[in-house]
Amino acid sequence: MDLEYSEEHRAYREAVLEFLKGWPLQGEEANLPEAEREALFRQRGIDAGYVYRNVPKKYGGAGEPADPLRDAIVREEFFRVGAPWDLLNQGAGMLVPTLLEFGTEEQKRRFIPKALTGAERWCQGYSEPGSGSDLASLQCRAELDGDEFVINGQKIWTSNANEAHWMFGLFRTEPQARKHAGISYLLVDMSTPGVEVRPLREMTGGSEFNEVFFNDARVPVTNRVGEAGGGWAVSRATLIHERNLIGNPNMMRDCFEDLLTLARKTQRGGRPAIEDPHIRQRLIEIEGYVRTVETSNMLQFSATVRGDALKAMRPMMMNKLYSTDTMQRIQRCAYDLLDGEGMLAPSAEDITGWGRNTSSTGWVEAYLFSLGPAIAGGASNIQLNIIGERGYGLPRDARPPEKT
Amino acid sequence: MEFGLSEEQDLLQETVRQFVSEQCPPTQLHAIFDAGEGHAPALWQGVAELGLCGLMLPEEYGGADLEVLDLALVCEELAYGGLPGPFMMHSLAAHAIARAGDSDQRGRHLPALADGSAIATLALAEGEGAWRPEFWSTRSEGGVLHGTKRFVPHADLSDWIVVGLSDGRLALVEKGAAGLTVVPEEGIDRTRPIGRLEFEGTPCEVLEGDGAVLERIGDVGLTLLAADAFGSASRLIDLAVEYTKTREQFGRKVAEFQAVKHQLARLALEIEPTRALFWYAAHAVDHRPDEGPRSAALAKSHISDRAIQAGREVVELHGGIGFTWECDVHLWLKRIMFDRAFLGTPESLRERCAELEGW
Ligand SMILES: Cc1cc2nc3c(=O)[nH]c(=O)nc-3n(C[C@H](O)[C@H](O)[C@H](O)COP(=O)(O)OP(=O)(O)OC[C@H]3O[C@@H](n4cnc5c(N)ncnc54)[C@H](O)[C@@H]3O)c2cc1C
Repeated sequence: MDLEYSEEHRAYREAVLEFLKGWPLQGEEANLPEAEREALFRQRGIDAGYVYRNVPKKYGGAGEPADPLRDAIVREEFFRVGAPWDLLNQGAGMLVPTLLEFGTEEQKRRFIPKALTGAERWCQGYSEPGSGSDLASLQCRAELDGDEFVINGQKIWTSNANEAHWMFGLFRTEPQARKHAGISYLLVDMSTPGVEVRPLREMTGGSEFNEVFFNDARVPVTNRVGEAGGGWAVSRATLIHERNLIGNPNMMRDCFEDLLTLARKTQRGGRPAIEDPHIRQRLIEIEGYVRTVETSNMLQFSATVRGDALKAMRPMMMNKLYSTDTMQRIQRCAYDLLDGEGMLAPSAEDITGWGRNTSSTGWVEAYLFSLGPAIAGGASNIQLNIIGERGYGLPRDARPPEKT
Repeated sequence: MEFGLSEEQDLLQETVRQFVSEQCPPTQLHAIFDAGEGHAPALWQGVAELGLCGLMLPEEYGGADLEVLDLALVCEELAYGGLPGPFMMHSLAAHAIARAGDSDQRGRHLPALADGSAIATLALAEGEGAWRPEFWSTRSEGGVLHGTKRFVPHADLSDWIVVGLSDGRLALVEKGAAGLTVVPEEGIDRTRPIGRLEFEGTPCEVLEGDGAVLERIGDVGLTLLAADAFGSASRLIDLAVEYTKTREQFGRKVAEFQAVKHQLARLALEIEPTRALFWYAAHAVDHRPDEGPRSAALAKSHISDRAIQAGREVVELHGGIGFTWECDVHLWLKRIMFDRAFLGTPESLRERCAELEGW
């Protein structure tokens, strides 16, 4: 074990820091609208080899040789100053790695560049009203008719569908096959006739997720990723990326720092709450969890770099639940610090989901929002089943015979 | 020794439960919640017709002369049904006038409060959540009020506002009085909207009772909030039972999974036994003056804290639908968020419990 970076990597960090002097933008550029500023800087980051390092140049990435340590350095420094980095949304965060692994050359060229810039936004169409935890029971049909699929059925809880241009989703294409084997992974243009999006409202007051209805919506067969009936395997790859997004340690560190800020400015018995022995105990206890996430991440990272990922399998499958639980501890502690303002409702500006929390009502929103990730991407009970069954080889729950 | 309810009390609860379930089914509750006014005149009328508005007021003014326990039992049932409206604050404010007012003030105000034709509320908190007079600065000078109060429920709606003063006394302000500004604050529990009140030379009647009345109102209030949180959590448990018994995944009801059964049983374990805790507090506030304040603070801190955790679990047990605005679950979770903060958070009340015991 040696936590020091090599000469080469230290020099690399210096270069990254030098580059980051360009953020925030200066002069004329500082007056551009926020989205343009971010896009401009992100493109500079790609050109300099810091953003989308692992996506080949021909698809719009930086195309740098694989070097996980460099990845980590860039990520750390970009997060530290809040500079635009890889988009962590459904498109760049989930679809792109999936296409890199399973897509055809044409699909990669067509979809990756615009997903990276965010020019085309994506949503994830997996869950259905009757199929959540038991995703493989999904019923939304895509029937082959010539060189097109005809889709009928419904998706639900589809985050950001109302502003997405495209959906990657799972559809039943081989109804006669067994449960998991009858599913294909399709890319659907949201402007296709017969696709209708109805927004749903969340209990935080936000309106991120939606219902999506398909009524004879036609999708070219070339929009299938992977084999016919091979969608389940493709979706597992996406799911791993989703769980990693949810378990992002940088986000957790930010959230913990925000909690410390709150504890410094909140008064308890005439002094800052952070000086209150009881609050200190809780803060340090939480830090134990936060540091575990960070250090376990380093361990998993090094194991992967060494090609020894198998050794880190168990902590890897625990990441999602460990992170959402830790986030909930942070939110809970913040909420307990709020006093009367804990009965205020979040305003529209507070509805930031994962975003930073600086006001009381922002924390109220975070307190409610933190329940969402505990359900999305595999509810906590399902995570526990995975840990027990796959992590420790416990027998699976007896399941009733599958209907085909 | 008998630690149980009388037949009359059982009947009272049954009557109230039936009233709310008939008059305020979830569809209507959602509509009121969304509108955000936290009040429906027809429901208030119904509450008044049941004779609940003056439950603890003296009979000579049209009240029923009952005790804190009776009122708490009503609050439990109203919370179970999620009833929006000013009932709890009205009851507390009216009780304050009955205790602190002179006979003239009682004669002028109580009959209309007892029959529900006038509505009253309480203005106590200052700053970020200071609920005790030591931390207040609102004062009355020469018959007029100066100061600011926060988290005042139904501030717009109420005909009378009972205001806590920094010297521990109470004052009465009429709706629309000169120099009174009501600034709505967006509350999380839209069945009980809150506002900030600014008094700038606002005419008031000072109630002559001493600081003991304010203490009593606090103790009664804590007990009612504990009952409200208990009723809300009980409803949440029932919602989860109902949902997991019908929702199917993996070809079976999710309630068939032992993990779900245990999760549900665990959270019920945190709630169901605490019924006794708020009963005891209610009884003690009336009959065991040495124990009353501490029992009330303990019941409210414990139950509201457990209830809020139960609410979060119940959201999870519903999966995606539990996270939506259309689902019933958040209505009760948010009701508990109000109960938890009003009159003091669990942490501040625990501190008080320790102090009261001389620790
Ligand atoms: C904020 C948010 C965003 C989302 N975004 C998306 C999206 O963009 N795209 C998408 O496709 N989906 C999305 N989802 C849906 C999410 O993936 C599902 O909600 C989740 O998989 C759970 O499914 P369900 O809602 O049907 O709950 P159910 O599967 O019905 O679960 C209900 C309860 O039963 C429990 N349960 C189920 N099976 C078992 C078992 N075998 N053992 C023990 N307990 C069990 C669960 O833990 C849960 O508590 C989102 C959800 C949320 C909350």
